[in-house]
Amino acid sequence: MNTPSNLKYTKSNEWFDPSSGAMGLTDYAQSQLSDIVFVEILVEAGDTIEAGIPIASVESVKASAEIYASATGKVVAVNKALSEKPETLNSDPYSAGWMVKVENGEPGDVMDSAAYEKYCAEQTK
Amino acid sequence: MLTTIGVKSVDDLFKDVPAKHRFPKLNLPPALTEMEAAAELADIAASNENVRGDLISFLGAGAYNHYIPSVVDHMLRRGEFYTAYTPYQPEISQGTLQGIFEYQSLMIALTGMEVSNASHYDGATATAEAVNMASAQFRGKRKKVVISPTVHPQYRAVIRTYTQGMELDLAGDDGNADLDSSPEELKSLIDDNTMLVIVQYPDFFGCIYDYTKLIEAAHSKGALVCVVANPTALALFKTPGEMDADIVVGDGQPLGIPMWYGGPTLGFFTTKKTYVHKMAGRLVGETVDNRGQRAYVLTLTAREQHIKRERAISNICTNEGLLALGSAIYMSVLGKSGMRQVAELCYHKAHYAAEQLSKIKGMGLCFTEPFFHEFALCVNQPAEEVNAHLLEHGIIGGYALGNDYPALKNHLLIAVTEMNSKEEIDTLVDVLSEADHD
Repeated sequence: MNTPSNLKYTKSNEWFDPSSGAMGLTDYAQSQLSDIVFVEILVEAGDTIEAGIPIASVESVKASAEIYASATGKVVAVNKALSEKPETLNSDPYSAGWMVKVENGEPGDVMDSAAYEKYCAEQTK
Repeated sequence: MLTTIGVKSVDDLFKDVPAKHRFPKLNLPPALTEMEAAAELADIAASNENVRGDLISFLGAGAYNHYIPSVVDHMLRRGEFYTAYTPYQPEISQGTLQGIFEYQSLMIALTGMEVSNASHYDGATATAEAVNMASAQFRGKRKKVVISPTVHPQYRAVIRTYTQGMELDLAGDDGNADLDSSPEELKSLIDDNTMLVIVQYPDFFGCIYDYTKLIEAAHSKGALVCVVANPTALALFKTPGEMDADIVVGDGQPLGIPMWYGGPTLGFFTTKKTYVHKMAGRLVGETVDNRGQRAYVLTLTAREQHIKRERAISNICTNEGLLALGSAIYMSVLGKSGMRQVAELCYHKAHYAAEQLSKIKGMGLCFTEPFFHEFALCVNQPAEEVNAHLLEHGIIGGYALGNDYPALKNHLLIAVTEMNSKEEIDTLVDVLSEADHD
């Protein structure tokens, strides 16, 4: 499981990059969902979002999940390429798989990578 | 078991039911033997009058009397198919899934669309699902649905039921609307808040319009368009797909399903591939198994309510499996040219009937537009009285339009199919001419 140390993590398995304002779903989340076949980003550039609101809906071959905002802020970009290639979320969740970027993002209830790794280990138990 | 749940006797389980209601005396006649029961049921059944010999029918309005090749029933009654439900472990039933896959393929060929689901209950519920889909597509941001008043009145009623609590604005849904206005005048109702426009093809009065321009206008406002279509007509006329419709729905009953008592039928639902994730219902796809052989699966199931729960687009994923299979058999037996032949027979016979009927003094066609196999006839006297007179002569008359459209209280909606012979049509004309002289 990959949990880059420069990112912050939520209990609902999203990440937030404080330096770029990007957010998405974690490597652990994509491995639990298995093959992702559909992504719909629910917000648009210009929207103001609050940490905890649904920003995307994801369907895999066996499950469906809502992705929640890991930070509060004004949306400056959404990753439109994902709807064409939803499998990017499986192959590259932290880079090409970013979903939404906000400016001056205030992280919500987040933890660091060490705490998140421990959290995931407990979930898998 | 009683000890575990903490009661003393079985009677304690019923103590909340008042004693006098526990074992009421049922006022039943003496029990019958099987032979007696069969005879009694046969007596009751004999009081039915059907359209295969007892009565001549010119009633349509959503359910149509077509010839059903005997092979349809023979195939349906095979034990392997004779269940109305997709099994819970669907992939074990490859035959059922292949049947649905063939049905889906035939439906998209007929409608000119890209994706079909495994079917809904009937045409009305399929149309209501189009509203659910459009609402999901706009994520509730658009709230208006423009419905032509010439969409089947019962379909409009089902839409009103389905959308209770969704806080939608249903515009145009009015039996008192000006029915002479062209469908293009619906344009004035379409705005930036409109998610869906619903029209019928042929419309409830049998009239055929090319909706291309209306669809273009709706698209320019960002709205989707749903066309409710009669599948028999699609074998003859330009498809809604060619008009760039986004959703095409309808009742599959004309495709090899008897009229019964008005149901059950099946509702077909087809759309463009872009919207497949917003489509309700089950969907069968073709793939290969672990040995590389062709196999069928239920696909994109994560859209459905058993996975998505309250976030699902629809809470109904039931399909009319057996009847969808019946219509797939019907379509494949008739083939493209057979279906066109049925449609042509309907068209020509209906036009012969319309021509003869409008010669009767005081009667005439209500609309001047081209029509398919159904038309509104002004009979210049209460439609119910005319129908009563026809029934005395062994004829089921048309649908009395006055209840749904107050302005048309002296009008009958007459349907003519390949099942109506020229003699039957001439009888209808004769009986109606007599009624005129009464």
